[in-house]
Amino acid sequence: MSIEILMPALSPTMEEGNLTKWLVKEGDNVSSGDIIAEIETDKATMEVEAVDEGVIGKILVAEGSEGVKVNAVIAIILEEGEKAGDVATTPPSAPIGTAEPVEQTTSEEVALTPVAFTPASDPDLPSDVEMASITVRQALNEAMSEEMRKDEDIFLMGEEVAQYQGAYKISQGMLDEFGERRVIDTPITEHGFTGIGVGAAFAGLKPIIEFMTFNFAMQAIDQIINSAAKQLYMSGGQVNAPIVFRGANGPASRVGAQHSQDFSSWYAQVPGLIVIAPYSAADAKGLLKAAIRSPNPVVFLENELLYGVEFDVPQVDDFVLPIGKARIAREGADVTIISYSMGMKYATDATEKLVGAGVDVELIDLRTLRPLDMETVLASVKKTGRCVLVEEGWPICSIAAELSAQIMEKAFDYLDAPVMRVAGKDVPMPYAANLEKLALPSVDEVVAAVNAVTYRS
Amino acid sequence: MARKTAKKVAKSKISKAKTNAPNFSKEDDLYAYKEMLLIRRFEEKAGQMYGMGLIGGFCHLYIGQEAVVTGIHMASKEGDQSITSYRDHGHMLVVGIDPKGVMAELTGGRDGLSKGKGGSMHMFSKEKHFYGGNGIVGAQVSLGTGLAFANKYRGEDKVALVYFGDGAVNQGQVYESFNMAKLWNLPVVYIIENNRYAMGTSLERGSAQTDLYKRGESFGIQGEQVDGMDIRFVKEAAERAIEHARSGKGPYILEMMTYRYRGHSMSDPAKYRSRDEVSTMRAERDPIEQVKKRILANSFASEDDLKEVEKAVRAVVVEAADFATNSEQPDPSELYTDITILQEQE
Repeated sequence: MSIEILMPALSPTMEEGNLTKWLVKEGDNVSSGDIIAEIETDKATMEVEAVDEGVIGKILVAEGSEGVKVNAVIAIILEEGEKAGDVATTPPSAPIGTAEPVEQTTSEEVALTPVAFTPASDPDLPSDVEMASITVRQALNEAMSEEMRKDEDIFLMGEEVAQYQGAYKISQGMLDEFGERRVIDTPITEHGFTGIGVGAAFAGLKPIIEFMTFNFAMQAIDQIINSAAKQLYMSGGQVNAPIVFRGANGPASRVGAQHSQDFSSWYAQVPGLIVIAPYSAADAKGLLKAAIRSPNPVVFLENELLYGVEFDVPQVDDFVLPIGKARIAREGADVTIISYSMGMKYATDATEKLVGAGVDVELIDLRTLRPLDMETVLASVKKTGRCVLVEEGWPICSIAAELSAQIMEKAFDYLDAPVMRVAGKDVPMPYAANLEKLALPSVDEVVAAVNAVTYRS
Repeated sequence: MARKTAKKVAKSKISKAKTNAPNFSKEDDLYAYKEMLLIRRFEEKAGQMYGMGLIGGFCHLYIGQEAVVTGIHMASKEGDQSITSYRDHGHMLVVGIDPKGVMAELTGGRDGLSKGKGGSMHMFSKEKHFYGGNGIVGAQVSLGTGLAFANKYRGEDKVALVYFGDGAVNQGQVYESFNMAKLWNLPVVYIIENNRYAMGTSLERGSAQTDLYKRGESFGIQGEQVDGMDIRFVKEAAERAIEHARSGKGPYILEMMTYRYRGHSMSDPAKYRSRDEVSTMRAERDPIEQVKKRILANSFASEDDLKEVEKAVRAVVVEAADFATNSEQPDPSELYTDITILQEQE
């Protein structure tokens, strides 16, 4: 049977091209890999190789032809025993293997929506549960240690995590307990050790990668996003990356522009990642344990200034909290304040003031930034009709910007006032104490925003 | 010794065959011929299907470099992991991944290795310990070092085979990984497939140190340069390197002097080199022709026997192409699957 040589597409966008030159003539023997023609596309002149072997029986498109459509038959190769006369000169009208997409199921038939995610509620604790006041630092340490005791596949890797006991002492004592096989000091080499962690996760281990701060994770963000976050999807569900990237995020104190910034919205934008940013010690502990157990890559954003702050943590055997579930820190009816991480400090202090002034505030701590618990957010906004969003990050394309858009889309008719944002200022973090203070959100700004949406000012 | 020989290879720009070649048995040669031919014919078919618009986007063909993966694979053991860049089709075929699944992924079909959601550059097989298929130049070097880390962590007797090109070798994370691999003596073999062009930039124009096997020297990583067009040298060097890594001595670098016949990708007109350069390499150093000549000279098989092999390989490739062409596009409901693993909440 004769073989048709088709006008090839030589770039992702090519639809037609010029056949500038034949390098073979009728009667020539060709074999796989022989260059048979030159074709000019809109970008370049390309060489075309024969894929099959045989004798060039007929050249159907003469050299110099312009605007030859992709997949038009340009020549015929004869196999052994065939003669040129055996071949019909008119090429078949429908080229084989057209690029036309197969008819798709219509969109009406298939609902193109993300798989619904319904987070569980926080675990019911016994009413007489004992509480202990511990720091966020201690809570994070307990979370990692408890999980590592139970699962040999979990290890901690990062700069100064072992012998130095952690740059911020989160891993204090862990080298002693788990040894240098599982608590691993790395060189200062974020891109490399993050990639190594992700590779180890592909192989089934459950790495905890500590970034001394998330400022340095920018060195490694390619591995976090391009390798970890996308792996499950790109592999059609075959290879997952059960890994936790954790460390201090957000503005610190007097360390200037390169060491004082919030990356929440950067990571929260990426499909494939889970992003958690806790405020309290209990949430830090319960959610870090959940993060370590997650089969997904989790970006776990801590806050340096909260490490030493104490909160009540329930003293139960295995305190794990659900990922993707916001916490209603205070129930109220007049206005909803939503925040996360250090933003909760401003929000909580403002709430105290406002409640004192007779405003019944509902305060929500998002805790997880991806997936966002819109169910809780929308239920609250529909109840109060007013919403103020508080965060330390930059205001442009922020978590609050996303929340605000979704509230507008999904609860527009319930709103009695525009959604207001209180965020970090749209500037690199200044060093001078007075400017730094100005660059951050403040309790007064939160109070003012609530006053504005409740028309009290 | 090997290193000295290898240097000569570099000087002569792999244009000449050597005489002191390692022995290859009949079985070795026949196996190598069939495997390399499968890659060659598969890639030619992929190129043709790209031309027909059946394969979209980027498509990087491995034609010319077949001896590298085939020789390395012959020296490896079941369980050893491999990971490479986006020029990955050959790496998958050689470890035994079904050509149908690979081709169907190229066409974006639901029966592709990644359900049509990965494409040419993103394919994986847990079963065959193949970790991609990575689109970011150099990223696979850190990831592959992580595979080796997992082997050592678990005390498993596996070696990670990490392939990258002469372009990736200038990326920073490669050296971060070299450092940690040696620091922790991880079981990894770094295989630099030096095909002399990082897309359109020749080695000389992009690298201050063009002897790439020396790139590990400052970390104390042993390296050697190998004639990557002669599978006998590839396999012999790979055996040495893999044994080194498996025995706990840490990483090893193999610089494979090879050549790609086609452009960087299907849409690369390859004007940065002469047609002569390509045709000379094809005519004088082709890895498959070398094996074929040897087989015939040693009477390991007859011309007719090899024609049968060729026929069988073509049949496999045609079957893969038909399968891929007929593989339906993914169901639209696949759009939102495999993003994260939804967990049963406790």
